[in-house]
Amino acid sequence: MGTNQKQILKHILSNTDYSMDNSSRSLISLEGLDRNDILGLLRQAATFEAKPDRKILDGKVVATLFFEPSTRTRLSFETAVNRLGGRVIGFSDAATTSSSKGETLKDTIMMVSNYADLIIMRHYLEGAAKYASEISPVPIINAGDGANQHPSQTMLDLYSMLKTQGRLDGLEIFLVGDLKYGRTVHSMLTAMRFFNPTFHFISPEELRMPAEYKEFCRENGIRFTEHSEFNENVISEADIIYMTRVQRERFTDLMEYERVKDSFILRNDMLAGTKPNLRILHPLPRVNEISQDVDSNPKAYYFQQAKNGLFVREALICNALNLL
Amino acid sequence: MEKAKKSEQLVAAIENGTVIDHIPSDKVFDVVNLLGLTSITTPITIGANLSSHKMGSKGIIKIADRYFSEDECSKLSVIAPNIVLNIIRNYEVAEKKAIPMPDEVRGIVKCCNPMCITNHEPMQTVFRVVDKTNGTLRCRYCGKDIPKDDVKLL
Repeated sequence: MGTNQKQILKHILSNTDYSMDNSSRSLISLEGLDRNDILGLLRQAATFEAKPDRKILDGKVVATLFFEPSTRTRLSFETAVNRLGGRVIGFSDAATTSSSKGETLKDTIMMVSNYADLIIMRHYLEGAAKYASEISPVPIINAGDGANQHPSQTMLDLYSMLKTQGRLDGLEIFLVGDLKYGRTVHSMLTAMRFFNPTFHFISPEELRMPAEYKEFCRENGIRFTEHSEFNENVISEADIIYMTRVQRERFTDLMEYERVKDSFILRNDMLAGTKPNLRILHPLPRVNEISQDVDSNPKAYYFQQAKNGLFVREALICNALNLL
Repeated sequence: MEKAKKSEQLVAAIENGTVIDHIPSDKVFDVVNLLGLTSITTPITIGANLSSHKMGSKGIIKIADRYFSEDECSKLSVIAPNIVLNIIRNYEVAEKKAIPMPDEVRGIVKCCNPMCITNHEPMQTVFRVVDKTNGTLRCRYCGKDIPKDDVKLL
């Protein structure tokens, strides 16, 4: 970690504005969180970054129920539990569980809540985590419910922005790629509404930001500009470039896909005239939307971003268990 | 006007009870089901495809000796926000009630998102009415909005 990063962390830790209300325990989406809640969680994440290994969860059992496979998110959550001294039970593939025999989600949750102090779940159905939180006697953390919500990803995106920029307020954020179906970009709009951002939406015509999200921006006074070109001129004012994958299966017109698939790729030579504080984020996995030659550029931040997920998830787990 | 009067006459008047008017013709049997009219023993007259000045075509249901609570009626607003309830006493319209849209709709409507948990678990659906004027519902679970015309009953 560089000196500047250390200073920023110190700043986050010493800022007393970053406090939060501990009343709600399950984390299903970020919709119910306000500015202070978000900053409070990010401050907690910073404390875990300063000291990730702590025995806060000693004697606690955390269940990770992954009805849909996910390597990155599951490993990150399980590492977080392990580093906090807790124990993990669970499954990473619903095919090996009773849900493949037709057991309802309710029965699975009721059964597991007998054993665990906290349930972290990913499900392919939308609203599954919300429903689980209504029936479960123990808190639920949503690790992704279909195309709906993935709050821990958004929190780590925010933490990465805060860490690299030293602030969340007033950032120029460029969202690139699939803005129509990408749940991470939608959640980011919701979470950033407290921080006076300016968004730039850069996407192929077919994958433009949906009207309801643009309406959301207008209602919340969020400035935004749409671009259909992705080049060095467009990104020259960016503080953050958030890349997402343009997926073939999202196109109804495959001719259109072939036409645009190489137009939304970030190459190293595009970064020459960008601001020194620019950082490039990506929720990963990446395919070809960021050229390999960007990886060695100091502005590339996507691998550190994934690492930040650990600290953010440590904070979310402790918050859900009311241990902070 | 003349035509409308004739249509009214097609359906017998009732002495006491409820007349549900201005039902979209294709929703008449949804109303029958929602109010549980199949298990009522008092006389019921059901009219569909009657001509209407306001709607072009409408349905009407007359239920003798039966009145409905606000709660029962509010369900109807989900499928047909413009329905009017006429309370009949002694062959006269004693009261005309428009049906208020409730804030929340539980267990009546199916979520139109095939990937919504409510379509896969034995659980109650819950919708918040986000736009009372246009009758738009938002699923409590998956968050999808259902426009009035796409509302399907369970």
